Amino acid sequence: MIAAVHAEWTKFRTVRGWVIGLLIAAGVTMALGLGPSQSGSCNVSSCQPTLGPGGVAVTDSFYFVRRSLDGDGTITARVTGLTGRLPAFAGTQRPGNATRAGLMPWAKAGIIIKASTTEGSAYAAMMVTGANGVRMQYDYTGDIAGLPGRVSAASPRWLRLTRHGDTVTGYDSADGTRWTRVGTVRLPALPATAVQGGLFATSPQFASSMYGTSGADTAPTQDTGVLDHVGLAGHWAAGSWTGDDIGAAGGPAPGPSSGFRQAAGTFTVSGTGDIAPMVTGATGNGVTIAQTLIGTFAGLVGIVVVAAMFMTAEYRRGLIRTTLAAAPHRGRVLAAKAAVIGAVTFLTGLVSSAVVVVFGQRTLRASGVYLFPVTAFTEVRVIAGTAAVLALAAMLALALGTVLRRSAGAVTAAIVVIVLPYMFCVAAPVLPLGVQDWVLRLTPAAAFAVQATLPQYHQVTDIYAAQAGYFPLAPWAGLAVLAAWTAAALALALFLLRRRDA
Amino acid sequence: MIESLHAEWTKLRTLPGTFWLLVALAVLTALIGAVTAAAVTCPTAGCGLDPAKVSLTGIDLGQAVAVIVAVLAVTGEYSTGMIKVTLAASPRRGTVLAAKAAIVTGLVLVTGTLAVLASMLAGRLILPGRGLTPARGYPPLDLTGPDLRAAAGSVLYLGLVALIALGLAVAIRDSAVAIGTVLGVLYLFPVVATAMDPDWRRHLEQIGPMSAGLDIQATTRATLGSQALSPWEGLGVLALWALGAMLLGGLLFRLRDA
Repeated sequence: MIAAVHAEWTKFRTVRGWVIGLLIAAGVTMALGLGPSQSGSCNVSSCQPTLGPGGVAVTDSFYFVRRSLDGDGTITARVTGLTGRLPAFAGTQRPGNATRAGLMPWAKAGIIIKASTTEGSAYAAMMVTGANGVRMQYDYTGDIAGLPGRVSAASPRWLRLTRHGDTVTGYDSADGTRWTRVGTVRLPALPATAVQGGLFATSPQFASSMYGTSGADTAPTQDTGVLDHVGLAGHWAAGSWTGDDIGAAGGPAPGPSSGFRQAAGTFTVSGTGDIAPMVTGATGNGVTIAQTLIGTFAGLVGIVVVAAMFMTAEYRRGLIRTTLAAAPHRGRVLAAKAAVIGAVTFLTGLVSSAVVVVFGQRTLRASGVYLFPVTAFTEVRVIAGTAAVLALAAMLALALGTVLRRSAGAVTAAIVVIVLPYMFCVAAPVLPLGVQDWVLRLTPAAAFAVQATLPQYHQVTDIYAAQAGYFPLAPWAGLAVLAAWTAAALALALFLLRRRDA
Repeated sequence: MIESLHAEWTKLRTLPGTFWLLVALAVLTALIGAVTAAAVTCPTAGCGLDPAKVSLTGIDLGQAVAVIVAVLAVTGEYSTGMIKVTLAASPRRGTVLAAKAAIVTGLVLVTGTLAVLASMLAGRLILPGRGLTPARGYPPLDLTGPDLRAAAGSVLYLGLVALIALGLAVAIRDSAVAIGTVLGVLYLFPVVATAMDPDWRRHLEQIGPMSAGLDIQATTRATLGSQALSPWEGLGVLALWALGAMLLGGLLFRLRDA
């Protein structure tokens, strides 16, 4: 086996075209990843993200009708209505800001206790939503379900928040007498003394797209909550309510602007924005480190060509007869070839991916793009995972080369099964989102999920498309799909290599 | 010239792979177009879809098959040594290349016509069921006006892509490297463009052969307005690429030994 690997390594390194091909693949990957004009989906000024208590990037913009709470206390309110305005278009942005009545599924209105009016400060809130019932949400990522169903005058929802030190408990009720505890949460970042509490309303960005982030049409939306029976108990500051537009939403909202009216104990609060973790893509901001790996596609084409030729050249030149005469155990020959091409492409991929991920981030930040931060472990996973994708793709191309024995067929087959699905679904999508989902589950291109770094939040409406870095499969599951394809192709290659004359 | 054309036609016709590749070109193009048409939805009027572009999505994949046909027509001769026989029989290299280009492009154009007609028919039958109805501003696809431009332009697109592949294949002479290079050139520009800032993106979409050439498929005001070039300008850019590739291939073909 050692001798076979040594022989294959000698063949590989002495063919100048293959070595140059690999170097070109690595070079193009790096050049594209470090290119100076790389740009993300956000524009210069809006790129500084707000960080939440846990250091997670968040969106924090809503209309806040507040009072100061200096110590422990409780706030109760009854919500009797939630209505909203959506952009009139569905697909193509028309000139003008025409709107239609409608609610975002995650339009929110209710009561909130928040550390301060600073964006990104700690909070806990009880709210009614457009289509997800009553919710208790806290510190941006926390979400607990309460009573289901839509709110209306005939079917109101009572909400209550109780603060005790840094602990906040949420309750809901359909009638104001029988209360159910929804959740108790600890907010470590809640100051011991004065916090802000009151009523709020907010409604997230609307987005519609067929393919992904490119060509997505987005517009702000607005919602209006009607609240009454507002009751305060505990150390609330005396005086009247103050209205504040927290955060800067994306442009002027359609319909009536944000604000509140108070008449005979009934509050009408209108707001736009969201209190939620920030996402990338159509309704979000910023990019992931996968953006630096855009050149992987070009590197993949080069690697697939070299790997296929590593086998088909043997057939074209008749070298395969010498190879098999010297090492009659055909399985060993295939294994040695796969090991050599796998190791070489893995190392090449490792170096080029590490360079673009480490240095490409600086280039992106320097041009004012917000990059979602990742842990060192995730960074290593993305780098090593990308190298593994390249190595597995090379072995797949090698196996296809063995099966087809012609470089044209092998290169084409490899490009069609790996590069084209990636291209059509991730890089420059032309397939609709529903088709993308299946292509990225079944084809070898599923493996690009190793470059995904951001979680999908069910409580944030976004177009979770592969183009924005959201894949249908988990990173390692995606890689496993490619590994299965490679294993199957190698098995077929072994079978045919044993069975056919050279 | 007639003899050269006849010779190239015989060589290409008698290869078993050619027929199946052309079948694959037509079937894949129409299939992807039909799947895409069946997967889109248009909930309201003015939903931003371009029915012709949706129906002709299969061209994005079909062009890869056209590339293979064109590359193999050239590199097949080099890998078997047939090229020496060809040039001994017909020493005028310009004539050989012109005949090859005429036969390959002709085959791709004929197959492409079938593929495009099937795609348009699929779109005409499927799209109204997906919400692209006349009431929402989408009359059924037919072969007049902008729809005809998109359909005929897509056929020409395939022919021009085949010429790019042919020219580069003559220059490269190895099938694997040639296919990798041509597909790289085609697909690289749109991929890189998505990662660039808007100015660079616009430039890349103007000069990239695939993104510029596919501008010919736009039929609605929304897509026409969103792309960097007008339909015929875009196809013109692709034609320049084809001309450049053929000139490069022709020059090297004359200068080098076979």
